[in-house]
Amino acid sequence: MTPTTVPVPLAGTRRSWGDRAFRSVTLASGLLVLLVLVLIAATMTGKAWPAFRHAGIGFVTKDNWDPNNNHFGALSLIYGTIVSSAIALVIAVPVSIGIALFVTELAPAGVARVVTVIVDLLAAIPSVVFGLWAILSLALTVQGPYKNLSNLTKSIPIVNSLFKGPVQGASIMTAGIVLAIMIVPIISSLARAALATVPESDRAAALALGSTRWEAIRVAVLPKVKGGLWGASMLGLGRALGETIAVALIIGQSTHVSADLLHPGATMASTIALEWQEAGGEHASALIALGVVLFVITIIVNSIARGITRRSEARLAA
Amino acid sequence: MLSLTLAACGSSSSKSSGSTNSSSSGNSTGSTAQVSGTLNGSGSTFQQIFEQSLITGFKSVQSGATVTYDGTGSTAGKTALANGTADFAGTDSPVKTTETAQYKGKALLYFPIVGGPIAVAYNVGGLKNLKLSPDTLANIFQAKITKWNDAAIKADNPGASLPSTTITVVHRSDGSGTTSNFTKYLAAASKQFTLTPGETVSWPAGTVGAAKNPGVASAVTKTDGAIGYVDYSTAVADKLNMASIKNSAGSFVAPSLAGSTAALDAATINDDLTFSPLNEAGATTYPITSPTWILVYKNQTDATKAAVLKAYLAYALGAGQQLAAQSYYSALPQSLDQKAVAQIAQITVGS
Repeated sequence: MTPTTVPVPLAGTRRSWGDRAFRSVTLASGLLVLLVLVLIAATMTGKAWPAFRHAGIGFVTKDNWDPNNNHFGALSLIYGTIVSSAIALVIAVPVSIGIALFVTELAPAGVARVVTVIVDLLAAIPSVVFGLWAILSLALTVQGPYKNLSNLTKSIPIVNSLFKGPVQGASIMTAGIVLAIMIVPIISSLARAALATVPESDRAAALALGSTRWEAIRVAVLPKVKGGLWGASMLGLGRALGETIAVALIIGQSTHVSADLLHPGATMASTIALEWQEAGGEHASALIALGVVLFVITIIVNSIARGITRRSEARLAA
Repeated sequence: MLSLTLAACGSSSSKSSGSTNSSSSGNSTGSTAQVSGTLNGSGSTFQQIFEQSLITGFKSVQSGATVTYDGTGSTAGKTALANGTADFAGTDSPVKTTETAQYKGKALLYFPIVGGPIAVAYNVGGLKNLKLSPDTLANIFQAKITKWNDAAIKADNPGASLPSTTITVVHRSDGSGTTSNFTKYLAAASKQFTLTPGETVSWPAGTVGAAKNPGVASAVTKTDGAIGYVDYSTAVADKLNMASIKNSAGSFVAPSLAGSTAALDAATINDDLTFSPLNEAGATTYPITSPTWILVYKNQTDATKAAVLKAYLAYALGAGQQLAAQSYYSALPQSLDQKAVAQIAQITVGS
């Protein structure tokens, strides 16, 4: 009797003490992340303030990035960031969803495993390696196709202004291609996870009703994971927007807004990385301000991604 | 300890402290007085290779002393000196008016250590011995001349067969002292150059940026019709074609170490040893020559560091000058070197 009655309150107090400690430790960790985020945002904005105050709204609307004259209109950098990421998405999203569908719906288990491992390996390559590969190899390889593209579209209005050239390889387009390769692993693995949530019985039902493989995917699978796929793409976009060193090496760093995708461009992240070393005074402040703008844009993109994913999860649960 | 007291006694006037110090080091002339301690430098990537040879050479004569150099860029180096994270800064340009405030009125000394040509490298079919006048060069880099068979290039190269290839201008994508000196040269030599010189230039649309010297060299190598500017050492290492530039005496001079030493020699040296060797005249002077300095506080707070600093500067301006040519820097002309050596004595120690 005694051995059973005595330990009960002891174990009880120990557990509640342990629970409380665990609770406060995890709460502190959670708050710490928030605190770090707030501190980063606050110090960055503080240091960026001189540039924001000097340039005003022109910081994001003017296309005149000229540090030696203290002109800091970052429109071309924002434009380059968005366009290169958009090119990356246009290429990466179909490929990633294709990979995810192949792995979850079509491929035999062994093949699926191999493909998954290879795609995940791609995610493990450091971005500077992508950048070096791009500048030493890809930039040369694309010169020919770019020239053909430029010649082919010469007489088509509007399109010809997108592919005018110069065709020396370093361009927004090439940066977009490199970014696409870099974000395929993220998008495809998230898309895979989304596809895995569709119950096997749904597919079986569609097949039992006489649909083909493609029809089953289209009718029973894709509608259920639409939100998940959107979320995956947006997270890929978040990664592409902030990618720095690979882009810095291949984009050609030209701070002008140009409709021509084969023209060199610049992104916010590449500009910070390339110009920081020789930046002083207001130039340094302007580069930090770029960081703040980039920070805000990525937070917005990531929140949208989370929102879409959560909404689709809620719909699935209902 | 002895040198500390001596310097402290003489610190009322920099002249007397100078003579005290030179006499104290004079006791052991010939063989160098041994110093020990650590000295950290940071800044210009242009002088980094030379600093590395100096550090290795210095270690062999001063085994007790350790010098490090971090190639962070001139601007970052000057900031590091101001913040106290570096004991000396390497810089390719004198302190700008916007930068002076960070030193809080403390006096600085400039020690020129070497110089070097900035080469204009090109890749146009099999074209060799390209000649360019400053105006032509300025208009090429402003994307106003866009074809290799432009009349202005033809005028500089009578008799040469020039293709109709489009010119691809390659510039540095990262902030760089090389860009700064190259654009300062263009601004000095050509009235037609209207961009503002500096480390990060707002180059016109259509030009392409590449990271660091190797990036520019590789872009020039693989693009037919390309032209770019790189440090001479890179151009030699990558076997790039280098253009001869018309100097202000009217002769076309190809980049060479002798040509840039001539430019350093021709430059007007200010009292603080700052100068600009850009666009100097002379039959053999290469006009696009980059200067580079070690920047230190005149008054050092740490006697041990001050001793290492003085020994290091003496080595850099003495035996170290022999190391310049092997890594494609031009040694200082004798007159300038002597002025710099004499200035070492102006470094004082106080609190």
